[in-house]
Amino acid sequence: MKLNRRVFLGTASAAAAALSAPAVMGQARPRVVVIGGGSGGGTAARYLATDSDGALDVTLIEPSRMYYTCYFSNLYMGGFWDFDKLGHDYGNMALRGVNIIHDWAMAVDRDAQTVTLGSGGKVSYDRLVVSPGIDFVDGAVPGWDVSKQSLMPHAYKSGTQAQLLKAQVENMREGGTYCMVAPPNPYRCPPGPYERISMVAHVLSERNPTAKILIVDPKENFSKQGLFEEGWQTHYPGMVERIGPDFGGDRVEVRPDEMEVIIDGMVEKVDVCNVIPAQKAGKIAELAGLTNDAGWAPVKPEDMRSLMDDNVFVLGDASQQGAMPKSGFSANSQAKVVSNVIRGELTGSRVFPARYSNTCWSLIATNDGVKVGASYEPGAEQIESVSSFISQTGEDAELRRQTFEESIGWYNGIVADIFG
Amino acid sequence: MPKHSLLALLMAGAVFAPAAAIAQAVPIGNPVAGAELYQYECAACHQIGEDAEHRIGPHLNRIFDRRAGSHAEFRYSEALARQGRDGLHWDFVRLDAYIENPRSLVSGTNMAYPGLEDPVERADLIAFIRAFSDQPQNIPEAAPTAFAPEVRLPPEVLAIEGDPEYGAFLSAECTTCHQRSGAHAGIPGIVGWPEEDFVVAMHAYKKRLRPHEVMQNLAQRLDDEEIAALAAYFAKLGRD
Ligand SMILES: Cc1cc2nc3c(=O)[nH]c(=O)nc-3n(C[C@H](O)[C@H](O)[C@H](O)COP(=O)(O)OP(=O)(O)OC[C@H]3O[C@@H](n4cnc5c(N)ncnc54)[C@H](O)[C@@H]3O)c2cc1C
Ligand code: HEC
Ligand code: HEC
Repeated sequence: MKLNRRVFLGTASAAAAALSAPAVMGQARPRVVVIGGGSGGGTAARYLATDSDGALDVTLIEPSRMYYTCYFSNLYMGGFWDFDKLGHDYGNMALRGVNIIHDWAMAVDRDAQTVTLGSGGKVSYDRLVVSPGIDFVDGAVPGWDVSKQSLMPHAYKSGTQAQLLKAQVENMREGGTYCMVAPPNPYRCPPGPYERISMVAHVLSERNPTAKILIVDPKENFSKQGLFEEGWQTHYPGMVERIGPDFGGDRVEVRPDEMEVIIDGMVEKVDVCNVIPAQKAGKIAELAGLTNDAGWAPVKPEDMRSLMDDNVFVLGDASQQGAMPKSGFSANSQAKVVSNVIRGELTGSRVFPARYSNTCWSLIATNDGVKVGASYEPGAEQIESVSSFISQTGEDAELRRQTFEESIGWYNGIVADIFG
Repeated sequence: MPKHSLLALLMAGAVFAPAAAIAQAVPIGNPVAGAELYQYECAACHQIGEDAEHRIGPHLNRIFDRRAGSHAEFRYSEALARQGRDGLHWDFVRLDAYIENPRSLVSGTNMAYPGLEDPVERADLIAFIRAFSDQPQNIPEAAPTAFAPEVRLPPEVLAIEGDPEYGAFLSAECTTCHQRSGAHAGIPGIVGWPEEDFVVAMHAYKKRLRPHEVMQNLAQRLDDEEIAALAAYFAKLGRD
């Protein structure tokens, strides 16, 4: 006999039965609005539209016509990936039934359940999904703000910033210094800054071998540290120096007009400076009143529902959920859980227990790929990590090449999963 | 992990976690109770938290995932230093064993501590200590923060066979890497396989007969019925 799983899964099904009534009675379809068409929001919009087969009215609000992934933007800098291949449009998503509004969400009225657009119009919702990614904390690196991002790029939201930083690295004077001001925890993509260092080192070792790389880092340690340090030693000996908090890596300020970095009072002249400031949830999450004092939007571990509002779900980098790193993979994984839950609540479809996972690949040098991954389960208060794995130091070259090829497989997989 | 302590953990979890229809991650222990125990059992020799320094024993910040005996500025016994050189890294199981009976893990250790017998107390203590080590949201490879739930769904539910709707839900975890189109590049295509081959392959990862860690990790938390549901789903996807 086939049992209905919903029976065992408690609350969601009861709510679903009540809420599914309007759709059955032929009134307006329940409305879901998604803010942000990136890894989290894009996945949610697509899954909501396709899996509900038209039973939901799904609107995506996203200002850009092309989404440029941050993932693989480091590989682009290293010359391993084309810029054009980072960009993805929303054509297929529209064909799958998502109503796409290319505009900014300016405000959310959670009582009236409406989102105000940049154009002034309003869109109403039964459930809201918020996935706006990150913004930078004002004043995090004294001397730096977004008006200086062409002198000292962050290249941490991809697109043109990545192009700019790549050009600066390629045109750096012979024997010059590339400096990265690394971010404090938490930030998107824990291994991201160090993969970037690897890619910059790759370019410099070929074009400008006497150049130096300096990392000014407020953190004691970082993800895949052993793997990166081994790789830098092997592929780029003597090129990379890292200053941690014990030597002032957490006391840094910059003077963009002079191209100076001041570390614990000592002035360093540099040629390229990549400032990756401290981060917080994308502004709209704060405007919607969904964030806490730390600047992130806290959510329930079992379904990413905002602690501030039962009708709102926050995904991806902007959320504070516990043990999952802020990554495209995590955002994609969370979006599938949210999509299943929202469909259940609005159409009465079956709701299954959350499944979260993440794998992050990094490229250290040509054909030298590494990975880290974990499985997660909802705990009582937050999402918990229950098992993890990581590539080992000293692995043979064939395995590293295969790992790199898998990362390309993953890239093509996740963008097909969202935009295909 | 010794059997009795796992049992204790599960019991500790049952007390600590609210009753829920769906199995939740099992907490390591109760960190609040652990904080109190720490004061009583360890604080005389070990500092922990902001600005902690070595005292009679080394400070215990970031002890998880650390190689044993690896603070260069601390004078360890030769016995503990040797265990470190042999590759002993501190994780839940090793900490549990060391706290239960320091000499059982490191015969010549000069940690003059008689050991803590009660497994629930040890779990609470370790849950408290865990908070001062690297967190997975920042360092994804860091030690787990909880244990996987033993049973995900009630047994009646597990009796369902090859449920395609559940398969569709579960498949979303796979399509981040394996394309629905069946494309085979970098990551193999898994669409349109005979169901039996699919099931056998998944069990081989689950049993760690096949070596790939990404797939081992994913397969580990799939039970027989879930694997069956996935096999049915991906087989059908190939026919559609
Ligand atoms: C250099 C680098 C490398 C990375 N590498 C990897 C990797 O290898 N693997 C991996 O998994 N992750 C990687 N990441 C992380 C990944 O890019 C992010 O974690 C992921 O994109 C987060 O998804 P999101 O939906 O939260 O935000 P985003 O993908 O940033 O999407 C947010 C979207 O919201 C839109 N938006 C913002 N505000 C509004 C508003 N008010 N109204 C409407 N729309 C709005 C934005 O335009 C944007 O499109 C990397 C990141 C960087 C910087
Ligand atoms: C009487 C003092 C004392 C007490 C009490 C004590 N320790 Fe220790 N601990 C030490 C000493 C000394 C060492 C170094 C041992 C060696 O070198 O063999 C040590 C080592 C350790 C280590 C290994 C550290 C490393 O860097 O590898 C851990 C972990 C540890 N203790 C945990 C605990 C915990 C948890 C408690 C409380 C249950 C505790 N200890 C109680 C003195 C103590
Ligand atoms: C993070 C990326 C990733 C995810 C997510 C993923 N896989 Fe895999 N899968 C791989 C890789 C890489 C391989 C190749 C492994 C190897 O070399 O053994 C693989 C291999 C397989 C194989 C064997 C293929 C063959 O040709 O032998 C099967 C079957 C499979 N996966 C099923 C699944 C299922 C089912 C899921 C979802 C529950 C899933 N995978 C999720 C990356 C992934």
